[in-house]
Amino acid sequence: MDLKTLTYIVVGATFALYLGIAFWARAGSTGEFYVAGGGIHPIANGMATGADWMSAASFISMAGLIAYNGYGASLFLMGWTGGYVLLAMLLAPYLRKFGKFTVPEFIGDRFYSNTARIVAVVCLILASITYVIGQMKGVGVAFSRFLEVDYDTGLYIGMALVFFYATLGGMKGITYTQIAQYVVLIFAYTIPAMFISMNLTGNPLPQLGLGSTMADGSGMTLLAKLNLVVTELGFKEYTTQTIAGRLDMFVYTLSLMIGTAGLPHVIVRFFTVPKVSDARSSAGWALVFIAILYTTAPAVGAMARLNLHATIQTGEIGSPEGNLSYEERPQWFKNWEKTGLLQFEDKNGDGRIQYYNDKNPEMAAKAEGFGWKGNEMVKVDRDIIVLANPEIAKLPHWVIALVAAGGLAAALSTAAGLLLAISSAISHDLLKGVFMKGISEKSELRAGRISMAGAIVVAGYLGLNPPGFAAGTVAIAFGLAGASIFPALMLGIFYKRMNKEGAIAGMIAGISVTMLYVFQHKGILFIKGTEFLGDLGPNWFLGIQPNAFGAIGAIVNFAVAIMVAKMTVEPPQHIQDLVESIRTPRGAGGATH
Amino acid sequence: MEKPQGSGDAYWRATLGLLTTVLIIWFVVSFGFGIILQPMLDSIMLGGYPLGFWFAQQGSIYIFVALIFYYAHRMGQIDREHDVHED
Repeated sequence: MDLKTLTYIVVGATFALYLGIAFWARAGSTGEFYVAGGGIHPIANGMATGADWMSAASFISMAGLIAYNGYGASLFLMGWTGGYVLLAMLLAPYLRKFGKFTVPEFIGDRFYSNTARIVAVVCLILASITYVIGQMKGVGVAFSRFLEVDYDTGLYIGMALVFFYATLGGMKGITYTQIAQYVVLIFAYTIPAMFISMNLTGNPLPQLGLGSTMADGSGMTLLAKLNLVVTELGFKEYTTQTIAGRLDMFVYTLSLMIGTAGLPHVIVRFFTVPKVSDARSSAGWALVFIAILYTTAPAVGAMARLNLHATIQTGEIGSPEGNLSYEERPQWFKNWEKTGLLQFEDKNGDGRIQYYNDKNPEMAAKAEGFGWKGNEMVKVDRDIIVLANPEIAKLPHWVIALVAAGGLAAALSTAAGLLLAISSAISHDLLKGVFMKGISEKSELRAGRISMAGAIVVAGYLGLNPPGFAAGTVAIAFGLAGASIFPALMLGIFYKRMNKEGAIAGMIAGISVTMLYVFQHKGILFIKGTEFLGDLGPNWFLGIQPNAFGAIGAIVNFAVAIMVAKMTVEPPQHIQDLVESIRTPRGAGGATH
Repeated sequence: MEKPQGSGDAYWRATLGLLTTVLIIWFVVSFGFGIILQPMLDSIMLGGYPLGFWFAQQGSIYIFVALIFYYAHRMGQIDREHDVHED
């Protein structure tokens, strides 16, 4: 059976499964729509959280980032997992005890202020919308590469599918489909990795293979071999290279951790478990399921990099026959050339491929001696690492089809979680909470479904017409969540004296500092030409990249909030009693409004 | 600022004590071993892994998982000791 037919069958079967689950798990009440009725088992919730959290970026892009940044990419691995420790201990159990439906609702009640609630809604919507655009793009890209339909058609199919199960089932439908999507995506990720690890090292577990000796009889460890291969071609040493220095790495890791803990679509997943103690252990289960992919990714990245160089540099560097002849390039090379994500240019006209770092003066000088005229792999898009991996390793067609289904599952599950966070902020926080207090449950449920549909249309539109700022979306989503929502929640729980004045001032200060830093380097509202400081290392404050600035914003938030709170009146007694009550687990009922 | 509230206060102190312990380990394995001390630890090998690199790409994640389950387990004990557990 050819690859295309097989891919249609595998992807079609997973879609049928998601739709079947959606029909079975229809939501009948607002409780089911917002928090799946609060009855999800902690392990099931952990699995759903894993799918919710691991987006198209985790599935498709992360291994590529690791392949090209080596040790430097550790900041993504630690940043996107370490946040769960903070979430499990500082937020999840207390918010579960509070027992309401949304994150802005907690902020509004705890700081006895609709203003605080609206500020939180704005932060939530901005962070979630920017994040969801990336997922929509992921859906479009995965469809267009594997099913050979155009990007727009792929996006419409994805939108229709999410529309069906998210509006019908709300959180309940999303939770059960996410569990199925987790299973699909984790198999799709780990099976090719196991094959490749087995080929290179003889150890089928990628986590151990990465630390093993090569099976080629050289007696070298895989990482030592990789270091040798890349440094001989003038690239930085794999196990020690950093992206922008060690301080930047420290701050970036911290930003991703607190950003992770502050992302509302993740937090709200812990409202769906029955008890406070379940919220604690469920965060652990979520991290187990996430760790399976996150500890595999470093092996996928390193091994793909090694395979790629081995394919091209077939013999000794500098020898006339040492490089792969372009005519003899493998089929996957041709396939990816068609997409434009892999580009070759025969600069020295020898018909062979030279792939090395021509930006390294020492290497460039040496290469001239070989008659090389510059790096000829003019484009190697890092996103192809995971997608092309099974082809590079010559794995069977069904594995390639599974990877397509996995990429779609990762993008769809995250998109659905984000869309639910957006729609519940609109129907529950803005309508029910502020503007139409008397609304009946039935009308609220309908409003929830309508705002879900609206959010899907907006996200789809933005996916079709990605705004110029798409590249800065990571900075915004994590920056906003880390600099505004995380500190507000933490102070609300751990600092009883925190009042509404402090919380609002802190959130606004945190967002402003982060956004200002991003804007001054990337352009005001990301409009090119309006940046007043270039986006270059020497202009960065202490050498910190704009993407990494959320941690600094969070520190500003904490400082401003505490200072303002000390200068203003303490919160009323009933609020202090509320804080006492969320700190102890006893008496946590089902989530209610 | 926190008014002492009898047993509730002792419960909260025990909670904060556990939090501090876990957060110290969390910080040491990731920011400490994985980032600040990585150049030094890399001279030690763990199988084929330089140790600092291993902490940054593998070890810290395993320890994060263990930390959350340890925290959940210890909190369950603290809840019962102070009679604030559920059910």
